[in-house]
Amino acid sequence: MSLLSSYRVIYLTFFIGLICAIFPLPIILNAFRPDWMILLLFYWVLALPHRVSIGHAFVLGLLLDLLLGSTLGMHALLFSVLAYLVSINYQRIRYFTLVQTTLLAGGFILLAKLVLYWIASSLQDIVLHSHYFWSIFTSMLIWPWFFLFLRFIRIRFKVA
Amino acid sequence: MKPIFTRGPSFLLRLSIVIALSLILLLADSQFNLFASSRIYLNSLVSPLQYIADAPQKLFSTLSDNLMTRDALKERNQQLEKDNLYLKADRLLLTQLQNENKQLRELLHSQRSFTNKRMITEVMSLRSDPFTHQLLINKGALDGVYLGQPVINEEGVVGQVSQVGSTTSRVLLIVDASHGIPVRVQRNDVTAIVHGSGAWNKLNVPFVQSNADLQEGDLLVTSGLGGRFPAGYPVATVSRFNYQEGALYAEVTATPVAKLDRSRYLLLLWNDHQYNESDLSLTPPESEDVTPE
Repeated sequence: MSLLSSYRVIYLTFFIGLICAIFPLPIILNAFRPDWMILLLFYWVLALPHRVSIGHAFVLGLLLDLLLGSTLGMHALLFSVLAYLVSINYQRIRYFTLVQTTLLAGGFILLAKLVLYWIASSLQDIVLHSHYFWSIFTSMLIWPWFFLFLRFIRIRFKVA
Repeated sequence: MKPIFTRGPSFLLRLSIVIALSLILLLADSQFNLFASSRIYLNSLVSPLQYIADAPQKLFSTLSDNLMTRDALKERNQQLEKDNLYLKADRLLLTQLQNENKQLRELLHSQRSFTNKRMITEVMSLRSDPFTHQLLINKGALDGVYLGQPVINEEGVVGQVSQVGSTTSRVLLIVDASHGIPVRVQRNDVTAIVHGSGAWNKLNVPFVQSNADLQEGDLLVTSGLGGRFPAGYPVATVSRFNYQEGALYAEVTATPVAKLDRSRYLLLLWNDHQYNESDLSLTPPESEDVTPE
């Protein structure tokens, strides 16, 4: 399959991921929203590190910053660091079992939340709510199915 | 698949470039506010995505509006007509009072401005940054929205416009930790400043002297001193007034009057000085610049 069409599939998933990241949910469910963008990036960098890496992560982070109205560069910085961590270790992570990658994804999201909190608190006064961390668990619950679904997509559309 | 990367700079080099770029962006945006003018283009860039994400919700609400029984519609119509009658009756008195007020002010040689132009806007209930309190609205620079524009709802002050795109804008709520608004106590005209606390439903009123005449339940209204908010709109009620013996300032907290997390329609006000002396009379409803939905 040509380069153009494999990028087309990847960008389509990113597009849907961005929409899911801001999609309106009831206030009760809002805290449980999985961190779709981190999961997506984790999968694509792990599967195709020569296609999706730090540059893509940076641009996606900037887009998410604009969509959420946060300070420009917050998510961009975070996503590129995560993409770097995955892309230097991708050969090792590919041999992990699904349970191990789930734990790793949870660790990444916890790290991401802490870094976001640290950046935000150094820029302005903020109040931390305990439900800020709940989405880690929903993300970890969703990751195995999400992983299998994306692998199905990748094989089905022969993205390489 | 290529096992070894032959093209492009190494990961570490790319990472350092990107980190440097992000840090520059972070500093430029938060400390020096360099993107204030280009934000409009940047926000317009992502507004299609926001409209797409908002579309299902909007479709659902229009559907549920359409799926109403005739009886329910009739009942609602009657209720609205009743409300309208009461409001119109109040308005008759208001015109009278306004004329009287104008005459009195002329006697005192003092002027006061009233805002005329306003516009209804709808809240797009998309997710926002979890650390700031803001709302996305579906009006932008194309509708004449400007930075720092006051935003109210039918209960009181909601916040001010903090970012403008061409078709969307962001409203910074009064409870955000970076927001402050000059107020006065309606009962006795004591002035103060209300700061957001970062929590929904709580506002701080710092630097109130411990012997100030302030009690729990006092209504705080905008004083108009900052020049940004027009005077006289309700902001909050004092929920706690507490002072320690010998302390210089009292500890005062307040609760916002408007239900900030539950409002669907907001009102944008134009606080231009060109409207200052133009007319002090109430405009009849036909000539108001109100766009429905």
